[in-house]
Amino acid sequence: MTIHSTIEPAARAVNWNRLQDEKDLEIWNRLTSNFWLPEKVPLSNDIQSWATLTPDEQKLTIRVFTGLTLLDTIQNTVGAPTLMPDALTPHEEAVLTNIAFMEAVHARSYSSVFSTLCRTAEVDEAFRWSEENEHLQGKSRLILKEYRAASHPLKKKIASVFLESFLFYSGFYLPMHWSSRAKLTNTADLIRLIIRDEAVHGYYIGYKFQKSLAQLSESEQADIKDFAFSLLLDLYDLEVKYTEDLYDGIGLTEDVKHFLHYNANKALQNLGYEGLFPENICQVNPAIMASLSPNADENHDFFSGSGSSYVIGKAIATEDEDWDF
Amino acid sequence: MERLGLPAVRIPARASEPMPAAPGPFVLVTPTYADGEGRGAVHKQVIRFLNQESNRAQLKGVIASGNRNFGIYFAHAGAVIAAKCQCPCLYKFELAGTNNDIERVRKGLELFWQHQHSTNHRLQKA
Ligand SMILES: [Fe+2]
Ligand SMILES: [Fe+2]
Repeated sequence: MTIHSTIEPAARAVNWNRLQDEKDLEIWNRLTSNFWLPEKVPLSNDIQSWATLTPDEQKLTIRVFTGLTLLDTIQNTVGAPTLMPDALTPHEEAVLTNIAFMEAVHARSYSSVFSTLCRTAEVDEAFRWSEENEHLQGKSRLILKEYRAASHPLKKKIASVFLESFLFYSGFYLPMHWSSRAKLTNTADLIRLIIRDEAVHGYYIGYKFQKSLAQLSESEQADIKDFAFSLLLDLYDLEVKYTEDLYDGIGLTEDVKHFLHYNANKALQNLGYEGLFPENICQVNPAIMASLSPNADENHDFFSGSGSSYVIGKAIATEDEDWDF
Repeated sequence: MERLGLPAVRIPARASEPMPAAPGPFVLVTPTYADGEGRGAVHKQVIRFLNQESNRAQLKGVIASGNRNFGIYFAHAGAVIAAKCQCPCLYKFELAGTNNDIERVRKGLELFWQHQHSTNHRLQKA
């Protein structure tokens, strides 16, 4: 007779007053204070603007948003959950549940755009297209392969940061482009909320990646870095083809590619690596930059001026109680 | 800051470490931590440093880093400090900054300090 006695560790309740990593609470607070739902954005104000797009522009927009929906769906159902078993702290797991849920909100919000602006048949066509487009399916496959449980925990994080900080941007480009032409501006507001969330996700997962990476030997670190750069290049090849598929028709492919390079470099920085693409091919159209961060460029480049006119900040509400003066 | 190759004093991230004093006129380079409404943009330690009158008196400008993906609050710490301390926000850059950013800041600061010197000179003469 054999007796199987397995001693299971006690189930543990998460104690937010005992932190192993203060970053977990900082990010939890950031994410929860950023919480939003698509109902917050008056999308119906874009109905008239939608009618000014040509049929081809409408079709492109629906396809782009369907592609984005697919990435958010992957991140919601596979990407964020697959990082949970690798969490270093119980608080990290809690943050990942927030990330997973917000991905569901993102995926859901594209359907709000569709139901407000588009006809059902057009949307159904786009969802079919997303299942058949080889480049979109190709990048999903590459990412999902790394998310499989057998994959190295750090490789999962690399794939996740590339999805969060790089793969979305071929899609995000288009609403920023429309917004720079004063079109679909409410939809652009919704996309900016998504972009803000993805920025925190990419930063946080990249931060956890760098923490774990520091524990490895130099040769293991070198392997991981090789993996990261080669995955990025594989994804980049697919992104270029995907971009050409979508944007050749309206002549924006080259502009989008610059935006891809710029974001690929930022994704690498989230992982603690140097950028890969030289700066001359990362110069993003200023209209797109202004659309990403409206008003942020006013007066900021003091150095390009003569240096004689001081622009001192206007009064800004700083409710922060820590200031003493 | 290392890539800039200019003399610098670091404000420690932890409240437990001793807070340095400004050695003379300086430009503050700071990251941004704002939430979705722009709250909490300036790190508490930077606020502690600026709460010190003698430090604030030497502050000539601010350079802020951030991420454009935070929309209107990109590098918001620069705007908050400029308004609060009545100094110019000289430059904003993303994340750790590109080589281009480094070059512009290095050249910009050079001109900025030259200009500061000549202004001081004129003020002393007057
Ligand atoms: Fe998302
Ligand atoms: Fe995300």
